[in-house]
Amino acid sequence: MSILRNYLNKIKPHFDDGGRLHAFRSVYDGMETFLYVPNNTSVSGVNIHDSIDSKRIMSFVVIALLPALLFGMYNIGYQNYMAAGEMETVSFVSVFAYGFLAVLPKILVSYIVGLGIEFAWAQWKGEEIQEGFLVSGILIPLVVPVGCPLWMLAVAVAFSVVFAKEIFGGTGMNIFNVALVARAFLFFSYPSMMSGDAIWVADDKILGLGNALPDTFTCATPLAQAAQGTEIPYSMSDMVLGFIPGSIGETSVIAIVIGAFILLVTGVASWKTMLSVFVGGAATAFVFESAGASAIHWYEHLVLGGFAFGAVFMATDPVTSARTEKGKYVFGLLIGFMAILIRVLNPGYPEGMMLAILFANMFAPLIDYCVVQANISKRMKRLTR
Amino acid sequence: MGKIFSKENKEVFVKPLSLDNPVLVQVLGICSALAVTSQLKPAIVMGLAVTVITGFSNVIISVIRKTIPTRIRIIVQLVVVAALVTVVSQVLKAFAYDVSVQLSVYVGLIITNCILMGRLEAFAMINKPLPSLIDGISNGLGYAAILVMVGFFREFFGRGTVLGIQVIPQSVYDAGYVNNGLMTMPAMALILVGCIIWIHRAYFYKED
Repeated sequence: MSILRNYLNKIKPHFDDGGRLHAFRSVYDGMETFLYVPNNTSVSGVNIHDSIDSKRIMSFVVIALLPALLFGMYNIGYQNYMAAGEMETVSFVSVFAYGFLAVLPKILVSYIVGLGIEFAWAQWKGEEIQEGFLVSGILIPLVVPVGCPLWMLAVAVAFSVVFAKEIFGGTGMNIFNVALVARAFLFFSYPSMMSGDAIWVADDKILGLGNALPDTFTCATPLAQAAQGTEIPYSMSDMVLGFIPGSIGETSVIAIVIGAFILLVTGVASWKTMLSVFVGGAATAFVFESAGASAIHWYEHLVLGGFAFGAVFMATDPVTSARTEKGKYVFGLLIGFMAILIRVLNPGYPEGMMLAILFANMFAPLIDYCVVQANISKRMKRLTR
Repeated sequence: MGKIFSKENKEVFVKPLSLDNPVLVQVLGICSALAVTSQLKPAIVMGLAVTVITGFSNVIISVIRKTIPTRIRIIVQLVVVAALVTVVSQVLKAFAYDVSVQLSVYVGLIITNCILMGRLEAFAMINKPLPSLIDGISNGLGYAAILVMVGFFREFFGRGTVLGIQVIPQSVYDAGYVNNGLMTMPAMALILVGCIIWIHRAYFYKED
């Protein structure tokens, strides 16, 4: 490790004032603080800092996303070989390798476009490079279907980095979750590539792996099938394990639970938000099921589609969720309620999690305001009594 | 009445086109700018309609400005605007029926367009007819310019056409290009107007 440190120290003078690479100072700072915890401290007043900074927090989230990502890759291969009827004869390695090759370009495009814009922006404004895109860059490929073309992904990433983040002031200032804005952009701009039944299974050969499926091959997500009133052909264990068509990272509840465990143990995400999303969703789905309005059971709502993924990785985003402790319960309940409401009552949108979280993001500051004001008035009463 | 091409009149004409643009700087008339710009043709017609109405209403109000009692001036202004809007609406129905259908209620809603009332109150009530005419036309054109820009981008990216003529060739679609559906929604018009305001301010109003 010290070799890297020494190398960074050696090239540092080039980036200082007057150095020949001074123009790329922000790039150097970004890389240095990403690799090593910066050792600068507060210069005035008394400050309490956490020992880990935001770049380290972001790294934990990326680690927590890895199970969902790896399973997502395997599932891409699984769906392709299943559709071709070759699942019995093919090895685990080639299934995974196929999925890996299908997902990797999406991750690369997401990071190159997003970080490119962030670096250029920081350089233009003369600011330090911010680390927010570390997480968004891996989240975005996980919430799109495998059939989404790369150029669309690039346009959506560029749109969301500029319009959801930079114009609000960069990392930590955004109102809406950046990854979900990218997904919403794709969803409304290119509906044929984000919903329907032709894009959930990869249908091309990649480097000799996989199978080219006929153009007429279609496969809808279980939620879409439920919305159309057809029977869902998957067992409960398939839904929990994740062997169903869907966006790349969202299918496996098991992998998401492992990620949730990592987030909770490291203290990055709040259990209050996660729990209340599930409680809100379950209660709403139960009411709809009792009323006979929902085509699927209430517990199926919680394991299908992006519900679990959104609850664990999107709703708990520390920037866009409510920050007060009581507010987190309200925020989570609102997401759960809205997600199921959209799923059940709007036939055009079989999946409601994205819209529900964006909706709740908008209300997070209001929720916080109400909680803080309620606390103030409560204490005022105690004072004046 | 001064010369038509005097310095003052020139300033009255030029300012609303950019530095004092009703949409970009005063942020007026946004609702109709979002509603009618999904294609270029209705955007152009709407811009022209507003230009004609601001021009005429400014002149009429300016001519009678000394006889209008202050307390009922808004009503008088509204009556004049409403009459002009009705005329324009009838003309559109007679000569450009399809555009008139596309614009639907937004022609009638020109009555409530903030730019009109703003110009009548701020300019026509205190200026002579000729400068008022120039001011009205210029403000209308400033509004129309933004509508045309937004309408062009929305139609180009949303439908691949300009004025209804296919400009993005079929080979591009065959290569995998898809029209952007969000562009045809009003939400994207708001973002486009925001972008134009952003560029405009970055260019003309340097922060200190």
